[in-house]
Amino acid sequence: MKTLKVFGSLVIASFREVTQGSRAYNIWMAFLTFVMLFGMFNYGVQLDEGLSVTGMTDRVSWGLYISNFTFLVGVAAAAVMLVLPAYVLKNIDFKQAVLIGEGLAVAALLMCLAFVIADMGGPARLWHMIPVIGVFNFPNSMLTWDVLVLNGYLFINITIPMYILVKRYQGKVPNPKIYIPGVFLSVFWAVGIHMITAFLYQGLQARPFWNNALLGPRFLASAFAAGPALIIIVLAIIRKFTAFKVPNNTIQKISLIVTVAAQINLIMLISELFKEFYAPTHHSISAVYLFFGLKGKTALLPWIWTSISMNVVATIILTFHKLRNNRKILYVVCAMLFVAIWIEKGFGLIVPGFIPGPWGKIAEYSPSFVEVSVTLGIWAMGAFVFTILAKTGIAIELGKIVYHKKED
Amino acid sequence: MSSNNKKWFSLNLTNKSNKSESRGCGKEFDSCSNNKHKDGYDQIMDVPMDRRSAFKKITTGLLMGAGAVSTSCSVVSGDDSKEKSSIEWEEYFKGNYKLMTDEERNNTVDRLVRSYELRKGEKLNISSKDAEDDVLFGYAFNISKCQGYMDCITACVEENNQDRSSQMQYIRIHEMDDGKGFNFEESNDNYYHEVPAEGHFYMGTQCFHCENPPCVEVCPVQATWKEKDGIVVIDYDWCIGCRYCMAACPYDGRRFNWKTPEVPEEEVNKNQHYLGNRLRKKGVMEKCTFCIQRSRIGKNPACAEACPTGSRTFGNLLDPNSNIRWILENKKVFRLKEDLGTEPKFWYYMD
Repeated sequence: MKTLKVFGSLVIASFREVTQGSRAYNIWMAFLTFVMLFGMFNYGVQLDEGLSVTGMTDRVSWGLYISNFTFLVGVAAAAVMLVLPAYVLKNIDFKQAVLIGEGLAVAALLMCLAFVIADMGGPARLWHMIPVIGVFNFPNSMLTWDVLVLNGYLFINITIPMYILVKRYQGKVPNPKIYIPGVFLSVFWAVGIHMITAFLYQGLQARPFWNNALLGPRFLASAFAAGPALIIIVLAIIRKFTAFKVPNNTIQKISLIVTVAAQINLIMLISELFKEFYAPTHHSISAVYLFFGLKGKTALLPWIWTSISMNVVATIILTFHKLRNNRKILYVVCAMLFVAIWIEKGFGLIVPGFIPGPWGKIAEYSPSFVEVSVTLGIWAMGAFVFTILAKTGIAIELGKIVYHKKED
Repeated sequence: MSSNNKKWFSLNLTNKSNKSESRGCGKEFDSCSNNKHKDGYDQIMDVPMDRRSAFKKITTGLLMGAGAVSTSCSVVSGDDSKEKSSIEWEEYFKGNYKLMTDEERNNTVDRLVRSYELRKGEKLNISSKDAEDDVLFGYAFNISKCQGYMDCITACVEENNQDRSSQMQYIRIHEMDDGKGFNFEESNDNYYHEVPAEGHFYMGTQCFHCENPPCVEVCPVQATWKEKDGIVVIDYDWCIGCRYCMAACPYDGRRFNWKTPEVPEEEVNKNQHYLGNRLRKKGVMEKCTFCIQRSRIGKNPACAEACPTGSRTFGNLLDPNSNIRWILENKKVFRLKEDLGTEPKFWYYMD
């Protein structure tokens, strides 16, 4: 009962906290709201007309939505896996990494779910998937596994920060014995969501481009680079705009993680390229399309080469301590890496899986206006959620909002 | 499979009433681009109404949703619209066809028929006939005989009520170059010239009704499954439209309704099967069902019947006297992408 009361007052206090802020904050939130509304309007158009308003066809049946979903699973996973090395490397303020990382994970997961729902032909019939009421094709369908692990992960990542924040809100110290096991569980769970999302594609014998044992590990490596890169950028912004103290040391340690992951990712890329192009088989044809184009169809070329060059340049810069420890360079490099991996794990992975089609048909894909708008709307939703979570979390950590005992 | 087998109840099917002369390249469908007709799923669900009856309907729905007894609805709505919304309500909450009891199956079929009758004043004939014992359907395709006329495609589209506006086709006929073997990459499945063209041969693909279908495994809600007689079917009302099956199919056998399918009213084939050619809605998968509405009553699929060259043979693999068994035993047959372990029930052979 008392916990409920504390929680209720926390909700009220945080509502007050997130509804007021600096001018920049207000503009930021208004901008996000506008983008979200715009996305929602376009989603309405899509609901009304059907998925024909997207660029997808029978030949390329997954596009921008599923690409973003795949990438964001990585972000969600990596944000938390950052916690483990941070713990092993000691001398980092552990709680901080937990809070920001898990807040990011929550936002990324909500975006994942939104992207999957946006991709559904019949979102009204999604109840068919609810176990017991509907039919849940477990364990045969990897999609059901994915639903389980994503929702489980969402649950873990809501409860842990909630516990820490409610404690701090009351001015108490959170008990590590309670939240540390949760953190470790979420770290292993993060590997799980990543591998299972990779298995979603890896398990399809129909698509040789995906049916590749390296897909899962490469997902992990690239996520480990992109997720923490995003965290570095977020921490930099938080440092600039709030009184929340993020020691240089923290950012430095995280950038080390990004570096190692980016290096491993490159090694795996080389391994993949070698396999596809040293002795090309019939199954290499999607890779040929992706990297060089097929029969004059070259839509993905500018994207993938931008991605690869950004990836290589960023990794080289990160490898040199001098350059990496320069804060300004680091932020730029992190942004580059993030975009590079978004391309690579997004439509650089999903679209070529469908091209050429099972009978060799090359039909290219490019997202429609509606699709791009809905995608932007969902990203804005993610940013909106994260801003709210981070603002509340930081206010509590800074002791700006505290629980006042009233009558009891 | 003899088509004059009268063991089963006979339907009043007029054989190929209006066989069109054009080749299925879409010309005959041009009439449907003017969206005058109420088509596809709309014919069942999208009831034209004024604002007043819309309000009534919503209210009825809400009252029912709130658990009000149906009699109380009569204060706000006429009998017909009450019945329509009640049907919609029950249709939305019905279960997966695969898991329904016979009674539930009959009920949903009755609802669909009644709904169409309320809308159009015409009766559909929707069957929910189960698989027969000792039947396993298979298909054989004679590459030497096919001339690429595409009569099979035209017949298929007409029989199975496929969307005319997007020209959805279950069958693809690939035009291959002589001397290059089965080179799908260089083949053309979208030709508009006179056939048979010099220096080419033809080969058709469609859903192969695999014994080990990857599409069935991946469906998160079991909206698609393999029936006892080997036909891979979809419950159109259970499909959530995630298109995972489409990604999993190595044979390009599946199609998605990217928008509401349109079939001009007078072209609707009214002899339907729940798992076969009944009208679909937007956002669901569909595919070849070996014309389940025909094959389950002992007829050939429309494609096999329409083929003027005799390159298509359909039959019961468990019947030792069937034509298909003779082909499998006497011809050098092969299947496509056998290395994937999908075990298609669709064989190719040459004379």
